[in-house]
Amino acid sequence: MSASRAFLATLGRDLAAYWRRPGELLQPLWFAALVSTLLPLALGPESERLAIVAGGFSWIAALLAGLLGLDHIFRRDAEEGVLDQLLLAPVPLSLIVAGKFLAHWLVHGLPLALLLPLLALWLGLPPALLPTLALGLLLGTPLLSAIGGIAAALTVGLRGSGILLVLLVAPLYVPVLIFGAGAVEAGASGLSPRQPLLFLAAGVFLSLALAPWLAAKALRAALS
Amino acid sequence: MKHWLASFHRLASPPIFFRLAGRIMPWSLALAILSGGIGLVWGLVYAPADYLQGESVRILYIHVPAAWMSLAIWAFMAFAAIAALVWRTKVAETLAMAAAPIGACFTAITLLTGSLWGRPTWGTYWVWDARLTSELILLFLYLGVIGLYRTIEDPRRAARAASVLILVGLVNLPIIRYSVEWWSTLHQPASIRLSGSSIHPQMLWPLLVMALATKFYFLWAVLARARMMLAENESNKQWVRDLWREGRL
Repeated sequence: MSASRAFLATLGRDLAAYWRRPGELLQPLWFAALVSTLLPLALGPESERLAIVAGGFSWIAALLAGLLGLDHIFRRDAEEGVLDQLLLAPVPLSLIVAGKFLAHWLVHGLPLALLLPLLALWLGLPPALLPTLALGLLLGTPLLSAIGGIAAALTVGLRGSGILLVLLVAPLYVPVLIFGAGAVEAGASGLSPRQPLLFLAAGVFLSLALAPWLAAKALRAALS
Repeated sequence: MKHWLASFHRLASPPIFFRLAGRIMPWSLALAILSGGIGLVWGLVYAPADYLQGESVRILYIHVPAAWMSLAIWAFMAFAAIAALVWRTKVAETLAMAAAPIGACFTAITLLTGSLWGRPTWGTYWVWDARLTSELILLFLYLGVIGLYRTIEDPRRAARAASVLILVGLVNLPIIRYSVEWWSTLHQPASIRLSGSSIHPQMLWPLLVMALATKFYFLWAVLARARMMLAENESNKQWVRDLWREGRL
């Protein structure tokens, strides 16, 4: 089997696997909507205050909701023994991993990136900032999938690794948060959000090159 | 070709590394104590007090070298991690893992001395400033590496997994380094650059001597820890038994 066909086959297989459990797909979105309702309860319903924090809060919601789905990337395959077969397959493991990451982003990251700007608008985000937030989330969520996927690969062999996974991933998400929330912040204070968004885009390309390779290394370290 | 690089690979052998590290250790410890003693007395007693910060400027003779080390140790770990992942040598894995707790300690010292210095100078122990926050994140990253290494039972697998984590965490290093330049924050930009320094020589020299002392201390500490970890992980091997029998362990 050629390398590109292995990539596409993994992508298709994972998408089908996610599609057969639609309930799980809704959970992160549900969670994001839930935390958004908690925010006015915690900070009070004044719309000026909510408008200031809505953009940064969307990013926190994206990070937290992104943590929820990470365990799905490798866990079930590991339990069913599929992962051991993939490790033995005569195609580069990094391409298979790349397919899994893309599938994860399509079903977890992309819906979040589409939903969260609407939630932020609902909380009172100034409409002028909407394109900045939406573009930032579109660039940032693939990074969250890639970084989180590496950490998920590291902890896949461990029993009860859920909390460790979260502890490992959260500090690694910080650069994404800085640039993502920074873009919204820059837009809010009348500056151009170009620079932080370009940093996010650079991060996407860097992770395209490095994340599948590192995750493959991590899988071999965790399972061999 | 008889070149020192040609025999570099022999360092990957645990017994050879063990012996060489044992030979380097007393020297680096002696140099660390010597330069640390000179630097501390110079910085804490003889260097002039700052006309703005007063005597509290002396905290910086510990704070700044510790902050440099907190970043330098992660970079060191990243080199070791690459060697561990690419060549799978036990020595590189052990060195990366031996350095993590030392780096965590230097990061904690940086945060602690920084907040003690900030109280009289900025009027607060802590601000959510970009550099302070990213240094705190670095501490969490160090703890994550240590935590992952301790959770996986087989030390070699654990070291390789933690090595991947080290490489991913590398992205935070430039963010900490440039945080004071990208964001206008309370923490001042670097005063010492390769192109020159804006610090008076009377303050610069004790600082550089202290920086040297922390480097030698790190060299001693990481070699000492790596030696013991190697001996522990290889305790069923002949070379460790030989050392044990000869009473050299």
